Amino acid sequence: MRIALEVWRQRGPGEPGRFVRYESTQASPDMSLLELLDVVNEGLVQKGEEPIAFDSDCREGICGTCGFMVNGLAHGPLQGAATCQVYLRSFRDGDTLFLEPFRAKAFPLIKDLVINRSALDRIIAAGGYVSVNTGNAPEANTSTIRKDRAEEAMDAAACIACGACVAACPNASAALFTGAKITHLGKLPEGEPERARRALRMVQAAAAEAFGHCTFAGECETACPKSIPLQVITQMNHDYLAARLSGEGRAQPRHIEPGTPKRRR
Amino acid sequence: MHLDGKIPGGPLPQKWERRKFEYALVSPANRRKYRVLVVGSGLAGASAAATLGELGYRVECVFFHDSPRRAHSIAAQGGINAAKNYQNDGDSVQRLFQDTVKGGDYRAREGNVYRLAEVSLRIIDHCVAQGVPFAREYGGKLANRSFGGAQVSRTFYARGQTGQQLLLGAYQALLRQVHAGTVRIAPRTEMLDLVVANGKARGIVARDLVTGEIRTFVADAVVLATGGYGNAYYLSTYARNSNATAIWRAHRRGAYLANPCFTQIHPTCIPVSGEHQSKLTLMSESLRNDGRIWVPLRAGDERSPEQIPEAERDYYLERRYPSYGNLSPRDVASRAAKAVCDEGRGVGPTRLGVYLDFADAIRRLGADVIAERYGNLFAMYAEITGEDPYRTPMRIYPAIHYTMGGLWVDYDLMSTIDGLFVLGEANFSDHGANRLGASALMQGLADGYFIAPLAVGSYLARAKPPAIDDAHPAFAEARKDTLARIERLLAARGKRSASSFHRELGKLLWDTCGMSRNRAGLERALTQIPELRERFYRDVLVPGQGESLNRELETAGRVADYFELGELICRDALQREESCGGHFREEYQTPDGEALRDDEHFAYVAAWEWREGESPVLHKEPLVFEAAPPMQRSYK
Ligand SMILES: Cc1cc2nc3c(=O)[nH]c(=O)nc-3n(C[C@H](O)[C@H](O)[C@H](O)COP(=O)(O)OP(=O)(O)OC[C@H]3O[C@@H](n4cnc5c(N)ncnc54)[C@H](O)[C@@H]3O)c2cc1C
Ligand code: SF4
Ligand code: FES
Repeated sequence: MRIALEVWRQRGPGEPGRFVRYESTQASPDMSLLELLDVVNEGLVQKGEEPIAFDSDCREGICGTCGFMVNGLAHGPLQGAATCQVYLRSFRDGDTLFLEPFRAKAFPLIKDLVINRSALDRIIAAGGYVSVNTGNAPEANTSTIRKDRAEEAMDAAACIACGACVAACPNASAALFTGAKITHLGKLPEGEPERARRALRMVQAAAAEAFGHCTFAGECETACPKSIPLQVITQMNHDYLAARLSGEGRAQPRHIEPGTPKRRR
Repeated sequence: MHLDGKIPGGPLPQKWERRKFEYALVSPANRRKYRVLVVGSGLAGASAAATLGELGYRVECVFFHDSPRRAHSIAAQGGINAAKNYQNDGDSVQRLFQDTVKGGDYRAREGNVYRLAEVSLRIIDHCVAQGVPFAREYGGKLANRSFGGAQVSRTFYARGQTGQQLLLGAYQALLRQVHAGTVRIAPRTEMLDLVVANGKARGIVARDLVTGEIRTFVADAVVLATGGYGNAYYLSTYARNSNATAIWRAHRRGAYLANPCFTQIHPTCIPVSGEHQSKLTLMSESLRNDGRIWVPLRAGDERSPEQIPEAERDYYLERRYPSYGNLSPRDVASRAAKAVCDEGRGVGPTRLGVYLDFADAIRRLGADVIAERYGNLFAMYAEITGEDPYRTPMRIYPAIHYTMGGLWVDYDLMSTIDGLFVLGEANFSDHGANRLGASALMQGLADGYFIAPLAVGSYLARAKPPAIDDAHPAFAEARKDTLARIERLLAARGKRSASSFHRELGKLLWDTCGMSRNRAGLERALTQIPELRERFYRDVLVPGQGESLNRELETAGRVADYFELGELICRDALQREESCGGHFREEYQTPDGEALRDDEHFAYVAAWEWREGESPVLHKEPLVFEAAPPMQRSYK
């Protein structure tokens, strides 16, 4: 089959970018979109030209490395699939595909379709864990977890940190991503002690990274390759609010130097 | 050099306790004076870096991915073993030990394997405490499934995403330490050389993959957890970027490489469909719990699977191995699949495939139960092949999946270079000639959470490495070598892409040193690989420069190392004149086609030493079996 690609080429963050057209006659329905890019790149290399830079690794939808916009849709046209899981049989012979990077202020561009998503790591670093050191754990079956709660935790834990939710969101919010981790850990007894602190810190970290606010546009849920449900955002807002109301994260009592005169009221 | 595995004395169950007591300690206040460099953020690397950070060492974790969570461990599907005996089916540490030694076809060290089985218990405890959402029963307790090579149910799982969930646990622990300031991470940074100064590993040379800058990292101990080398074969179930450069460079600096020919071929992967295929996709072994494997009885049977009546099907695993049946170990199942395809009974367009059929299971349990167990795997299969496995049997074929070989390490996970520790799939330690399913995750986490942090600490306490910085000539030399290698690749300006050479090398390795091997084939590979390597250096074309993001340059560097490694794989396969585990030499088989081991001559670890400009030198570490005396490995 014949597929034409219009690919965003940009040498670096400060440089101008533009779409460049590539036509391939070697496309076949059993080929994945990324394999088509491989083929196009192989051709470019043979001509001594710089190949299209794009990220991928597992090529089976689990590592979260791949991801770009295909005709304006994050990860392309399929529901519940990452870019690497899109096969050309989803397109028609003669189609033109526009490929461009995920765009968000918090995801600076590196080159062509490659972006920097380390902001997502920093959100996790702020509190997306259970604070337990190696060696601390009790026997595994001492905790009992209702099967449906474990399943809900797993549904949320399936996030692959691809950033498609951010790219699809009109506000470039990371609410789905952040809510997914808050929900995963919050559902489990092991995550309970830090639930309030975690919500507070992660939400604040996301705001500090220049992700926008969530206005419930709902685009993220459609873009998400792991079908993370919007409820995780509700859960996040709930936990965040509960944390604020319970006074989590409030300022420590002020330090008073010895000999300070009494405050005037 | 005499290879000393440093196995502690005493009876097996006391060895690890004893060694832990022998370890020297660094006091909490002194730990922050030591810098430990961890290369790799997969299960082994992330768990080690996090735990070393928790203990208070100053840790730096370097990896080529853009986030630690993307390491290849994320893709593991099926599960992780532990001898919990929650199913009350007779499991124990002793049994997991026995199964692993037998599964490895008696080519692993007893002491190591016993420790692995012991530590397995604590891994599950720790992961549950971290919030890993393992599958549960309705009563709220942990669920188990069965895996190949075992007659008990001891595999813990999180749907088909066990590796992902375990890695996220380790990743979160790692980032917690980053937040606490004990660990620094260096993403998109690829190690290109190891620095050995005054006989000790003291750092690495690495390339910043975004800016192209060549950087050096200085440390008091170096931990490599860089994964397996199966991508040497080009098509494999590994992630695209998994590579062997870190271990190969360490090997060239003096670390012995052990049993490189012990590569694992996984029986259940989606068959190759076309020439542009970039990787092979695994269908988890857990599918063999409910799927039945068969081919038509008659060669060249063109009918669709539904049209072939029961009596004209050959459920060859159930027939040949009645007690393990479809859950026979991987090497056995892979070879059996190859055998039926060689007889012309393969299925699918290429005839390189066998059926994995769920019709019986769906009749017995209902499609809902099957969907609950394997839903995501079925969806993945449908997506890739365009066929619906609820209606028609899957087609599967073996593919390169794992490497049991790796850098040689002693019981303390230290290589032949002082201060260089090797963890996870990158080392050779525990799986002998064949790894059992769900045991790699177990080993990676045992190494990273529970073994390396103590062993590294003890090394630091005893060696007290003197202060050093990158002004030391060893750093300058390694830097210079690295730059020269990059320059050579950029300067070739030939006509072919690096990956086209890689594909050629991969095919040669698969044909001569894949599922079965013989002398003639291996000798052919040993003459053709050096020729191909020469052509590569003459004719490779790497566009762009070194000073920016340049994927072709990354690939070319990795491929260059695969040539040398590929040659060693074949050399090792040639010297091992026996069949064991994943290493099947056609010349050495029983009359009914099973692997024929030769314990008298080959019960050793083959550890290879690199010699610049000469042939590599083979060192043998004898293996002694006391608790699990070798027998013919029978799954009948
Ligand atoms: C599809 C698939 C399914 C599997 N399923 C299972 C299963 O169900 N159960 C099981 O037990 N095992 C399974 N395995 C095997 C298991 O996943 C791996 O053996 C294991 O995860 C390896 O972990 P690791 O930490 O050693 O290395 P990896 O996870 O491969 O991590 C390597 C790390 O090293 C870094 N790195 C590598 N080279 C360099 C370099 N030169 N410079 C800088 N960084 C570098 C990478 O960035 C990465 O962070 C599976 C394997 C595959 C392929
Ligand atoms: S929530 Fe979904 S879209 Fe967002 S990062 Fe996670 S997997 Fe990607
Ligand atoms: S490459 Fe891993 S999710 Fe697409």
